[in-house]
Amino acid sequence: MDLTPKQSIPAAESTRFPDEVLERVLTLLKSPKDRNAVSLVCKDWYTADSWSRRHVFIGNCYSVSPEIVARRFPRIRSVTLKGKPRFSDFNLVPDNWGADVQSWLLVFASGSPFLEELRLKRMRVTDESLEFLALNFPNFRALSLLSCDGFSTSGLATVATHCKNLIELDIQENGIEDLSGEWLSCFPDNFSTLEVLNFSNLITDVNPGVLERLVSRCRSLKVLKLNRSSSLDCLHRLLTSAPQLTELGAGSFSQELTPQQHAELKHAFGFCKNLTVLSGFWDATALNLSAVYPACSGLSFLNLSYTALQSQELASLLPHCPCLRRLWVLDSVGDRGLEAVGANCPSLEEIRVFPTDPFDEDMLHTVTESGIVAVSQGCPKLHYILYFCRQMTNAAVATVVRNCPDFTHFRLCIMNPGQPDHTTNQPMDEAFGAVVKTCKKLKRLSISGLLTDLTFKYIGEYAKNLEALSVAFAGSSDLGMQYVMEGCSKLKKLEIRDCPFGNAALLSGLERYESMRSLWMSACNVTVDGCKALARQMPRLNVEVMKEEGSDDCKADKVYVYRTVAGPRRDAPPSVLTFSSL
Amino acid sequence: MEGGVAYEQGLNLKATELTLGLPGTGETEGQGGVRNNNKRPMPTSETNEEESQALKAADRGSTAPAAKAQIVGWPPIRSYRKNSLQAKKDNESEASGMYVKVSMDGAPYLRKIDLKVYRGYPELLKALEAMFKFAAGVYSEREGYKGSEYVPTYEDKDGDWMLVGDVPWDMFMSSCKRLRIMKGSEARGLGCGV
Repeated sequence: MDLTPKQSIPAAESTRFPDEVLERVLTLLKSPKDRNAVSLVCKDWYTADSWSRRHVFIGNCYSVSPEIVARRFPRIRSVTLKGKPRFSDFNLVPDNWGADVQSWLLVFASGSPFLEELRLKRMRVTDESLEFLALNFPNFRALSLLSCDGFSTSGLATVATHCKNLIELDIQENGIEDLSGEWLSCFPDNFSTLEVLNFSNLITDVNPGVLERLVSRCRSLKVLKLNRSSSLDCLHRLLTSAPQLTELGAGSFSQELTPQQHAELKHAFGFCKNLTVLSGFWDATALNLSAVYPACSGLSFLNLSYTALQSQELASLLPHCPCLRRLWVLDSVGDRGLEAVGANCPSLEEIRVFPTDPFDEDMLHTVTESGIVAVSQGCPKLHYILYFCRQMTNAAVATVVRNCPDFTHFRLCIMNPGQPDHTTNQPMDEAFGAVVKTCKKLKRLSISGLLTDLTFKYIGEYAKNLEALSVAFAGSSDLGMQYVMEGCSKLKKLEIRDCPFGNAALLSGLERYESMRSLWMSACNVTVDGCKALARQMPRLNVEVMKEEGSDDCKADKVYVYRTVAGPRRDAPPSVLTFSSL
Repeated sequence: MEGGVAYEQGLNLKATELTLGLPGTGETEGQGGVRNNNKRPMPTSETNEEESQALKAADRGSTAPAAKAQIVGWPPIRSYRKNSLQAKKDNESEASGMYVKVSMDGAPYLRKIDLKVYRGYPELLKALEAMFKFAAGVYSEREGYKGSEYVPTYEDKDGDWMLVGDVPWDMFMSSCKRLRIMKGSEARGLGCGV
């Protein structure tokens, strides 16, 4: 300790840490938001963060360029990239729109060849890119592809062949060209590092023998999600050799089992004491499902959204899952099934109800407002709901949020566009008004049904924490969108389709777009001139217009606006017009 | 193009208009419907039977007698999930179940039943009566369903409307395309005993 009399010390000196210490401290901060905040403190801290950042999350691949990322974070190990606008999941974005991962891989290969993990969502990924990845990143160990397209099972084969240290291969809900199950056989015979294997997306058969040998070699395997063509016999053998699994996606569950086989399967499930997540179960019969009961005592997430269970089947299963926190089901379970949820799942935090027959309007309403109310009555901790239904009432929604005021995600899809409250014939404005008034923590909202500008007035006035809003077939005038742009200061993502919002509405968000990730507007009343005006005034926004065949020259059929530091993109196809202030 | 509803002097006349359709129909005619097929054109290979079946089924589905053209990207369900459900539907109809739609005159919604679940006419009729809360009356070959307000009929493979019970059960199972519970007055003229 220095005992000389106090001297005036320059402020920077007195607070200076050695760089190594600062970097060490910063590595303890995991959240990207915290790291971003840290980097803004001063130049030293910015530099320390840059050198020590290992993981970067890029919510819009065009908001920044791969060169900028590689330059700023030279020692990056793990990248999460999201590409196309979310509505591309519903076929609203042209196939060749962009978001190709190849340009990112090229830059990383030269700058950060120590890349270990790549998680992509809605990106275009070709087999060539997968091969490039497998051959150029010697430490590569984790690949996750969600809702991507452009690749085939051949690409998976090159990853299996060349990535010697692979611990994660997670293939989910992609537009994959499924040529054969051969890729699984490409893992070398001595390969044993896998911890996560998810091929539930794929349809073609994999060799059960190959799979079983792979699973028995990989003693650290925690997550295994089989595809539909995997049989119950195979599942039985897998469970027996891998009781340490924490997440299991079963394959087809429709096979007729002898009592002996059933007992053996149940016995095997009984060994799996560590299971917290169950999914898969295509075409499950009630009898076969009962084999799963012994494994359900610690279950926190149950995904039954690929099998059309009836209410009784669900009611029989749920009492075995006392710790359930997340549940995904099809609407085949009906209101009765949802009553069973309310009665058996006191810890439930999230429920998603998907439609069994989304396009068959003649189907009897299988879940109605009663179902969602029943869940809310029994599950006070509910904070996430995704609900597809054919009828709803304002009163029911008000009841639901009164029972569960902590919603952070409220996504209601009344499947018939513009449908009013079926008991009063009124718009559904008051329903969403109740949601935003009651649920102060609301971050994500999807609205549907017959809605006027009043809904948006409520949203702008009350939904102060809203970050993501999804709107379809709603509103009466530009005012609707204006209310939201003025009131929702934390808004990050806004997607709108088939609403009567025009240029005035688009331009009302001028002050807001730079603090948002993106805006999507399709089938609204925006014109190309309106888009050009926006681009002219806001140089750090990219404004893209996708024209549909045969539409008027002046109409902006689909508009995508996003902030960027990379300038206008150069890889847009001819059908996408890009406007900038240049 | 316009979405939403026009309010005249604060009165939403359209929403309170009496129509025969379901609430909400009519507003969406011509709204944004471009393509008939909602499916993402996924590349199929020869070996991928299930997928090409799913594509065919989707085509069938979109040309079925629907009140409105399918709106692109609505309801908002990922292509992967749609394909999965479609493949399941095909499996259902071809393998395990024999699902037919059942309508009743005057009831707003249809139902679907699996004929394979029933062992014969008495069981089927009991189920229908319970489902739609009506009484079919007593069936006789000569007089059809005597003394009942509603009569169960079905459309067979040739497109003809027949009285339920006229043909042997097995023949009925293989030829029935859908069921309709008709008002007794309309059903006169069906059946063997005219």
